Formats: sequence, C-alpha cells, structure tokens
Amino acid sequence: MPSIESLNQIGLNHYLALSAIIFSFGMIGVLMRKNVIVMLMSIELMLNAVNLSFIAFSNFTANLNGQIMVFFVMTIAAAEAGVGLAIAVMIYKKFKEINIRYFEQLRG
Amino acid sequence: MDQNSLLFAILLGAPLVGFFINGLNFRSHNSKLSGSIATGAAIISFIAAALLVKELIHLPPEARQIKSSFFSWMAVGDFSVDAAFLVDAISAIMILVITGVGSLIHLFSVGYMAHDEKPAKYFAYLNLFLFNMLLLVLGDNLLVMFVGWEGVGLCSYLLIGFWYTDPAKAAAGMKAFITNRIGDAGFLIGIFILFLTFGTVTFTDLLSRLPSVAEVGWTGPITLASLALFIGATGKSAQMPLYVWLPDAMAGPTPVSALIHAATMVTAGVYMIVRLSGLFVLAPNAMLVVACVGAFTALFAATIGLTQWDIKKVLAYSTVSQLGYMFLAAGVGAFGAAMFHLMTHAFFKALMFLGSGSVIHAMHEEQDIRKMGGLRKQMPITHATFFVGWLAIIGFPMLSGFMSKDEILWKSYSSSAGHPLLWFVGVVAAACTSFYMTRLMALTFWGGSRVPKETHPHESPPTMTIPLIVLGILSLVGGWIGIPHVIGALIPGHPENYLEHWLAPALATVPMEEGSSILEFSLMGISVSLAAIAAWFAFDFYVVHPERPKAVAAWFGRFYEAVSNKYWVDEIYQARIIQPIVDGSKALWAYVDVGFVDRLTYFASDVVLGAGGMLRSMQNGRTQQYALYIALGLAITIYWVLVG
Repeated sequence: MPSIESLNQIGLNHYLALSAIIFSFGMIGVLMRKNVIVMLMSIELMLNAVNLSFIAFSNFTANLNGQIMVFFVMTIAAAEAGVGLAIAVMIYKKFKEINIRYFEQLRG
Repeated sequence: MDQNSLLFAILLGAPLVGFFINGLNFRSHNSKLSGSIATGAAIISFIAAALLVKELIHLPPEARQIKSSFFSWMAVGDFSVDAAFLVDAISAIMILVITGVGSLIHLFSVGYMAHDEKPAKYFAYLNLFLFNMLLLVLGDNLLVMFVGWEGVGLCSYLLIGFWYTDPAKAAAGMKAFITNRIGDAGFLIGIFILFLTFGTVTFTDLLSRLPSVAEVGWTGPITLASLALFIGATGKSAQMPLYVWLPDAMAGPTPVSALIHAATMVTAGVYMIVRLSGLFVLAPNAMLVVACVGAFTALFAATIGLTQWDIKKVLAYSTVSQLGYMFLAAGVGAFGAAMFHLMTHAFFKALMFLGSGSVIHAMHEEQDIRKMGGLRKQMPITHATFFVGWLAIIGFPMLSGFMSKDEILWKSYSSSAGHPLLWFVGVVAAACTSFYMTRLMALTFWGGSRVPKETHPHESPPTMTIPLIVLGILSLVGGWIGIPHVIGALIPGHPENYLEHWLAPALATVPMEEGSSILEFSLMGISVSLAAIAAWFAFDFYVVHPERPKAVAAWFGRFYEAVSNKYWVDEIYQARIIQPIVDGSKALWAYVDVGFVDRLTYFASDVVLGAGGMLRSMQNGRTQQYALYIALGLAITIYWVLVG
C-alpha cells in the first residue's frame, strides 16, 4: 500500500499532464467519432479535463477562485448536455439514427 | 420680396405651375381643360412680362436694367453663381415676344389639338418650354442661360417626337436632339474659355472686364470663345452646317413648329450673340465668320425652299433662311437690326406656321401643296392672314418684314464690318424668298382646286383664327417701331426709329458709315423690285401658266435635281460623318470592348470565382470539420504562445 508521502510527491505538473491527456482524448473523440452521444461524452471529458487543471491550480496556489470556476463549468456542462441530448433526440426521431452528418440539416 | 422679384417669380412661375398641373394629370383627355390651364399660365406670364417692361420704361435709358437674385446656386471657393435674373432692353423684347406669341400659340393649340389623344401632355410640354425659354433669356449669367438652353432643347425633342409611335417622327426628334448636342458642346467650350480668361460667367461682370481693343488673328481667347459660342448658336438656330435638324423637326405638331421652330427657340442663338455683342465686336474675325455663315445659310436655305412640296418644309427652309439674315446682321455689327428682324420674324413666321396648321387641320393632315389649291374660297380668314404674312416676308414696303430686312441689307452694305458682296447675297436670297413664298401662296390658296374629292376643307374654329388675326395685325404694324430714318424723314410727324433708341444703350456698336439717303433708297429699291419681279414670276408660273415650272425645271436639269434633293446634304452627312462614326464605334465595340475590356473583366471575375470556390469548400456544414478548424486554431495559438 503506497504511503501518504508518495501521494505528496505528485506535483502540479502531474495533474496538468493528466488534464492534457484527458483533454486530448476528448478532442480526438469529438473530431473522430460519428455518434453524437459519444461526441457529447467526449465534450464532457474535455470539460472535466479543464476542471481538473482548475482544481489543481487552486490547490497548489491556495486560491479558491479555481474551485468557484469549476462550479460554473459544471453548471454549463449540465445545460450543454441537456440541449445537446435534446437535439440528438430530435435528430434520432427524424432519421432513426444519431450520426453527426445529419446535423448538416440544421442550417437555417 | 420686392415688387420686381415678385414679377419675376410670376413670369417664370406661371408656366412652371401650369407644367406641373398638366404634367401630373398627363393622362387626361380633356383638351379644353388642360388647354385653358396652359393658356392661362401663358397669359399670366405675359401680363407679368408687360408689367416688368413697364417698370423698365420708367427707368432712365442708361440704367434700364432690373436684376433679381433668387438664391445662391453654387459657391465654390471664390467662384459663385446665383440663380439671378436680369431684364434689360434686349431681354425685354424677348420676354414680350415669347410670352405674347406664346400665348397666342397656346390658344391656337386648344383648337388644333382638340382631337388629340394626350392633350394634357402636350400642353405640359408647351408650358415647360415657355419656362425654359424665359430662363434662357432672363438668365443674368451664362450658366442660368445654359440651363434654359438645354431645357428648350429637351422640350423641342419631346415635342418633335410627340407622336412617337411613328418611327420617322421619333427619329426626327432624336436628330434634333443630337444635332443640338453638337452645338451645345461648342457653347459649353465657349463658356469654359470665357471663365478661364475672365474668371466670371455673369454678363455684366464679363462685359466690364473685356479689354478695350479688338483682338487680331484667330487664336486669341476672345475670338476662340466667340467662335465656340457661335457653334452653339448654329446648332440651336439651325445655321450651316448644323441646320439639318430643323426641316425634320416639322414632324411635330404645327403649333410647336410655330412656337419653337420659328418664333422663339431657334432665335436663341441670335439672342445670345446680341446679348454678348460687347464680346463679339472685339473679335472681328469671328464676326466675319458669323456674317458669312449667316449670308450663305440665307441663300442656301432659300434655294432649297424653291423646290419643296411640303407646306411646312417650305416654311422650315424659309425659317433657316431668315435666321441666316439675323446672323448676317449680327455679323456686320447691326445687333439692333438682328433683334428687330428676330421680332418681326416671330410675328410673321408664327402667323404663317399657324396658317399652315389651319390649312393642314382643314385638309385632314395633308401637307403636300400639290394636293391643295384654291383654298382662298373655303378658308377666307386663314387666307387673308396668310396673305399679310406673305406680304411681310417678301418685303412689301412698310410691312414689318420690309422694315427689318431692309435695315439688315442696308447695314450689311454700309457697316464697316460689312461688304457689298454680303448685301448682294442677301438680296438674291430675298428674291428667292419672294419666289418660293409666292409659289406657296399660289399653290395653296390661289388657282384651281386640286383637293381630292373626299376632303372637304373648312374654315378653322375661332380659337384658331383669333391668334391668326392678332398675329396678322402685328405683322402689319409691328415694324413701325423701327422705321428707318430715311423713310421716317418723309412721313409727316417724322417718327423715329424707336427700337434703335431703345436698344442702343444695351448694345455694342461698330462704326457705321453715314451713307447718303439716295444710296440707301436705291439699294432699297433694288431689293424691293427684285423681290417684286420674283413674286411676279412665281405668280405667272404657278397661277397663269401652271405647265411652265416643269419646263423650267427641265431646263435647269442637274441643278434642279440637286436643289430639290436639298443638295444631298443629309446624304453626305450620312455617308461622310454618321456612317464612319457608326463603323468606328462598331470596330471599337468588336475589338476594344469585346476583345480587351470584356476579357479583362472576365479574368478578374474568374479569379474571384476560383478563389471563392476554394474557400467555399471550407464552409460545407460539417460540424466536425468546423471543430477541427477550432482545434487547429488552438494548436497554432498554443504553438505561437509557447514557441514563437
């Protein structure tokens, strides 16, 4: 079992690296996948990667601003997921499939 | 606004208001209503003109000028032009003639256009013409004059092509417009030269800044400006070489021919030269050109008039010829005589045009005098008034035409700028005038009837005969305000040459020889007797021996053919000037426009289209591609921030 000391060896850079990796995974998902549900999940990944870096900065600089910002991001993420899923449901009702290329039909 | 400004406003405003009323109501078929509005506007204008001239008479002779500035038209740096109007001795005569004869012709039109389909439009144009003509003669600077100058050209075009469904008539309108445009270019160049040289376009400033010695040679600014202005005058006043539009302009309604193409608009060129007499006397070479062109046109047009068969064409060539006399007078420095002839010509030529309109109306639009004859019995009033006009134009002693024409001939002989040759050309032209006018009278009114059986000529209604009678009286007595000294000395009471006294302060002068009265009388006798002989010949030819003209025409052979084809001037213009221009334009179109300009623009549009096509593929609506752009943008920004 790793000791508490080993946890203390994890620095800011580790968190930021993790955040960057998760963000990249999310971005690749958004760019590559055709399924809208998966894309929405990838967006959540990106947002949470950003949240992670906020928290990390907040912790390492003893400043609460980052944590406050995370609440905002989570709120917006929830709203964005709501709207995105609603559109996805409508697209599914119309085309019986949830592919991102059907979103081309949304142009006004 | 003082009283004179008010008079100016009424004088100019009445026809303009009439134009708007009839113009806004242009679909109306009510010729009585629209005619009354237009005639009323013209008469109001005439009353205002008369009151204005009355004011002018009360002023001392040296100060006979009434000016009124309405608003500042443009002000550029030091240069400013007002919409200002000026009435002096010269324009007083013009406004009286324009509004007076204009009112009579409006009245005549009420009868003449009674059966037309669009009388309101016609009367609107007629009133617009009056307004522009007044603008032309009242303008106190060259620019206001130019606005009127262009405006009358526009109205002339609209009225010549009034029956535009006939392609020939529409073409005649365009011909008039384009020919006038050529002259107008000369007029504009003249204004530019004057402005460049003297820095002003106002008449009074201009005349006060002129040098005191005459210019020698051909290339001085005054000579060039005078010649350029004269080109404008040849266009507007139908002189060689731009006279060709006037005979064609007879396609318009006959009252229009009387008003625009005989009495008023075509005299604008003469008026302009008289208005700028101070300028022209300083350019003796330009004066010589004016006199020669005038004399030549007088003779040239008179000979064409000898052979025409269309009643209006005869009168049209006669008008060109009489305008030539006016330019001859202006060219030898007899500006007063030019104005005098302008006025008397307005009376008798308007009379004859209206008379011909009455005949055409009675003959159901027939204009060929070979199909007339003997109309004396059916149309007594028209005949009597036409008879007076005929006596006036051939120079029957003591009638208006005699007074003014013989003054011109005498001045062209006696003036220091004149020459016996100019006098001789004038006398020959007068004899020709006498011949063709008598021929016209004989073929139309005298002799046996050649009227087709289905036509029943009748006298015209009073709205048409009243103007004829008034103009007939004016043609009789209108010349008595300018009785020559030699004749005045013989008459009890010794009436003076009122017109000369009236005009003298406003005109520049050239030295005149005080010729002996015997010489003047003998020259007068020569011209009158030549005219009488010519008239007698014409009477003998066309009434007594109707078979003789053909024999005489055959005797002249080729020459007769040339004259009756109007010397092929139109054909020569067509072949030598118009066709090359058309061909040149076509070549420019095919090679320069299509081959070069179009290619250039197509290339530019191809570049834009190609670039647009490339950029368009970026905006294809694929959401993920947009997301990729964002990601790339982010990557580039990060790279730039961290590395760059």
